[in-house]
Amino acid sequence: MFFSTEGITKRFGGLAAVEDVSVSVEKGTITAIIGPNGAGKSTFFNLISGIHPLSSGKILFKDHDITKMPPQQIARLGIGRTFQTTNLFEQSTVLDNVLIGHRLRTKSGIWDAIFRTKREKEEEKRSYQKALEALEFVEMMHVVEHPVSLISQEEKKRLAFALALATDPEMVLLDEPAAGVNPDETDGLAYLMRKMADHGITVCLIEHKMPMIMSLADQIVVLNHGKKIAEGRPEEIRQNEAVIQAYLGGEAHAPVKQY
Amino acid sequence: MLNVLSKRVLLIIVALAAVLFPLVFPNMYVLQLLTLVFIWSIAVYGYNIISGYVGYLSLAHAGFFAIGAYGLGLLTTKAGFSYWLSLLLAVLITSIAGALVGVIALRTKSHFFAIYTMCVGVIVYLLIDKWDSLTGGVRGLIGIPAPGNLGPITFDTLTSQYYLALFFLTFTIFLCYRIVHSLLGRTFIAIRNSEELAKTIGISIMKNQLLAFTLSALFAGLSGALYASFIRFIGPQISAITVTFEMLMYLLVGGIGTLAGPIVGTLIVISLTQSLQFLEEYRMLIFGPVVVLLVLYYPRGITGSINGYFQKKKQQRVKVANEEHDVKRKVGEAG
Repeated sequence: MFFSTEGITKRFGGLAAVEDVSVSVEKGTITAIIGPNGAGKSTFFNLISGIHPLSSGKILFKDHDITKMPPQQIARLGIGRTFQTTNLFEQSTVLDNVLIGHRLRTKSGIWDAIFRTKREKEEEKRSYQKALEALEFVEMMHVVEHPVSLISQEEKKRLAFALALATDPEMVLLDEPAAGVNPDETDGLAYLMRKMADHGITVCLIEHKMPMIMSLADQIVVLNHGKKIAEGRPEEIRQNEAVIQAYLGGEAHAPVKQY
Repeated sequence: MLNVLSKRVLLIIVALAAVLFPLVFPNMYVLQLLTLVFIWSIAVYGYNIISGYVGYLSLAHAGFFAIGAYGLGLLTTKAGFSYWLSLLLAVLITSIAGALVGVIALRTKSHFFAIYTMCVGVIVYLLIDKWDSLTGGVRGLIGIPAPGNLGPITFDTLTSQYYLALFFLTFTIFLCYRIVHSLLGRTFIAIRNSEELAKTIGISIMKNQLLAFTLSALFAGLSGALYASFIRFIGPQISAITVTFEMLMYLLVGGIGTLAGPIVGTLIVISLTQSLQFLEEYRMLIFGPVVVLLVLYYPRGITGSINGYFQKKKQQRVKVANEEHDVKRKVGEAG
């Protein structure tokens, strides 16, 4: 198995934000995590990327047990991610933002910096190449030199993808990649995610835009109150009683936006 | 942004002016003042690394400055080491002290970090003030030798000390330039922008912060050691918290997180306080409001604001180019 979680649980005090969730993901597929607001989706991502330590359970990635690894090591193993709120450096250019993404694959330290060694120059060049490749992948070559403060919301989303791609990931976690962009632009972002998967990068995303997920995802995992209530192909999820119940029935939940 | 050519020309003019100054304008008072500006600037450059580029406000800086100063003072007067060996050791000791404090202090964030490092500063002050048998306590340390001869070069005159300080300042600026423009410098800035994001793109926060903190202590130590051998007398006051705040003021006025900021700020603030000297204590009545206004309206300091101005102009050009691009595309689509 490429990536799997085995019964992972995260408790904040008495509250279980994520409880006993087991998920497995095949290489090169697109997995969507859905669920009402507060279902524990972002926490689930934070657990995988090592931001929060687990309360119990196990996470496996490429036959490595990454349960207790710090975030930087998990990133080095090949899990990239983007955040719900785009975390970018507004003052510097698009290229400068992506450049740092390749830092984890470079070794230059303080001596390389002071003496501007061959290694520093080579790694700098490699970082530039990697950044340009990533920007080309997300089709942003026309704004490479623009300061981030001038590009559109959709371009910022693409830029966040590029930054994650510059780390050379084998799997990316995208937290609401299409939030706050219009339907046309959403299609463009969905196309990008499909393109990543076609290039062998496994995609996991949290999203609220159902039409996009239904056409995009190979597998859907539904969380509610921190528990996994369903998983399967989009057409299975559409029919699933528990899912319909969680979204529409019984208790008061914020309904998912339908377009 | 200033283009590369005019920036280089400006740099050469400034460097030439600094080198030729004592020959053209041999005023003892001004030379003394400038030498002090250079020495303090070195410490402020160190301050800029941790607080400007990594974004952690340290309040232990005067403490490290004092460790450098007392390190040199004690090694030369009490241990009888040669000046240059003492200088090297003083810088080394300060760096090690920085690393040790950093290991613990960097586990805290934002204002907790500021408070923790302030406590470190106070502890250094108390150690110096109370450890009479070693540091001379409130009486201070006297008889610190001037820099020793380096072959045929002597440092007896004020002019030679001026050049020595200028040399070390140039060296410091060069190191900072190299660091800021390297992958390491980019890493520091990435941590300042967002620690969370930096972590997920595989950057070890602690390792880089510790390096930055140690570097900042190193420059503070160098500055303190040079100060001790220039003034030839040091007392516990140099480690007082007010000294840290003075350095912070130089940094804020000049421009935090910019390469020219430390020297610009130190030069301006020290010259201003000196020229307002005739007002005695009342000079703070003028000085205080000026600093408050500056921080309110130019939070990025003098250098930061000038950079910002050029950046804005560039952005406007980009915007215009964008609009033209859009218009062309629309015309193309329509055609």
